[in-house]
Amino acid sequence: MSIITVNNLTKKFKSLTAVDGISFAVNKGEVFGFLGPNGAGKTTTISILCTLLSPSSGGAEIAGFDCAKNPDQVRTSIGLIFQDTTLDVGLTAYENLKFHAYLYNLDRRLAEKRIDEMLAVVELQTRKHDLVKNFSGGMKRRLEIARGLLHYPRVLFLDEPTIGLDPQTRNTIWDFINTLRNKEKISVFMTTHYLEEAENCGRIAIIDHGRIIALDTPAKLKQMVHGDVIHVITADNQRAIAEIQKTFGLAAREENGGLVLETEKGDEFIPRLLHSLTMQTLSVSLKKPTLNDVFLKLTGRTIRDDVVADSKEVTREFVRSHRRAQR
Amino acid sequence: MIQLRPIYVICMREFIKFFREKSRLLGTLARPVLWLFVVGNGMGSLIRPRAGFSYLQFIFPGMIGMTILFSSIFSSISIVWDREFGFMKEMLVAPISRLSIVIGKTLSGTLISVAQAVIILVFIPVLGIHLTIMQFFEVVAVSVLVSFCITSLGILIAARLTSFDGFNIIMNFLVMPMLFLSGAMYPVTSMPPALRHLTLINPLTYGIDALKHILLRNGTPPLGPEFPLLLDLFIVAVISVVMLTFAALSFRKKE
Repeated sequence: MSIITVNNLTKKFKSLTAVDGISFAVNKGEVFGFLGPNGAGKTTTISILCTLLSPSSGGAEIAGFDCAKNPDQVRTSIGLIFQDTTLDVGLTAYENLKFHAYLYNLDRRLAEKRIDEMLAVVELQTRKHDLVKNFSGGMKRRLEIARGLLHYPRVLFLDEPTIGLDPQTRNTIWDFINTLRNKEKISVFMTTHYLEEAENCGRIAIIDHGRIIALDTPAKLKQMVHGDVIHVITADNQRAIAEIQKTFGLAAREENGGLVLETEKGDEFIPRLLHSLTMQTLSVSLKKPTLNDVFLKLTGRTIRDDVVADSKEVTREFVRSHRRAQR
Repeated sequence: MIQLRPIYVICMREFIKFFREKSRLLGTLARPVLWLFVVGNGMGSLIRPRAGFSYLQFIFPGMIGMTILFSSIFSSISIVWDREFGFMKEMLVAPISRLSIVIGKTLSGTLISVAQAVIILVFIPVLGIHLTIMQFFEVVAVSVLVSFCITSLGILIAARLTSFDGFNIIMNFLVMPMLFLSGAMYPVTSMPPALRHLTLINPLTYGIDALKHILLRNGTPPLGPEFPLLLDLFIVAVISVVMLTFAALSFRKKE
């Protein structure tokens, strides 16, 4: 049973085609991710889904309502958390939520109840009457999530939900979204160019130049990139290379005092490998491909070309390109 | 099409913010004080009182008009502010009509302007103008009409203004000329013809003239009302309706 259906959706801005005939469906209760670099068409698609833009051709339905023809029903069915804050910092947390409740036509008693409920969920009860001006970035984001959920939407849209948040807050927010998804059967549609975050999704659509170039579960997408990388250190690396060649027909190579081999389904391969090797093994590690590898494979570019990556990612990126150059 | 609850809460937000920002309240009082007592007294020494009214008393209706002008434009330009800081999105994705947003903004802008106009009335005793209860309510009624008109004009502008950079242009090329070409500080009929024609298309001219009818009763031109009261009210009302219609229309387009 799908909650969002998108059918051959196209949006043109003058000569630019931002979204180019995309189709997909999001199931009830699913976390669906839209992954792609800046300018790929993510925000345009979200704007059409939340009725802020009208499509040039094709269409979209949310909870059975057409986004272009029944915008008000669609709006009542969705909660939105935008990339940039849309809180009024001159108001208190309570006033921001009350404003929202009244826009969505909740009566006063229900509004008060929901406000307390949602503030408790995002752990901001004690800051209820504080001005949002004095909130930290993470607190503002939590308040926005509370606000997006206040009218009990059936689909929650998250546009780059945890951008600029510390890892702890990011985890808290994800725990919370998952709890809510299980409890309320809410579906989540999110865009991100943050790969770790995309792994939280049930399915991911990879979008580039306005087209969906791949759509599957994170695990399946990663299988598109052949080979997990296994790094083994044994008592006798040279003999191990020969044995691996003989038993599995795989070419391992020596690297960093150990040996490296690439294979599909590395986690299933490791027990067989250890069983067959006749010498002592000192350490084994497995590196799974990331969604970035998938994106690289599909487009020939990395997804983060245009963003300031965190240092770990930069290092990884560097090592990877360095390796490619060596080959 | 028109939803009361959202309109109510859009107004509430503006009131909360108006009363929370003490500097804005203070500014409301400071500007007329400056004009009345500094400019008014300075110019007043050049102009002889006529028909029982001094220059200081003559510019008082103009000062109410000025307060309404600034307040109404400021309130409606807050739409641009909302857009710049993202809050407008919260309203645009809510299940409410654009018309409700326009009405909410117009209503709150109008009421805040009227509140400020009433605050200005504290200067009445100092100026030696006698005001009956009846006159007080007449001033409030005219203020409502004028505030509504200017706020609608402001919203029409705000709907077209894409960024806050345009604000200075609006101030210098619209708000200040509207003030100077309104009969607030000098009689309209004594202006050179070219300027007088500009004055005649300014809704504020008629609003201030209506206030002169109430506050400068028995005054005669030049230091007194210059047009018939009914004509004043009629013109302001017509311009209001036209402005609001255009404002609502230009807001209806998808952003």
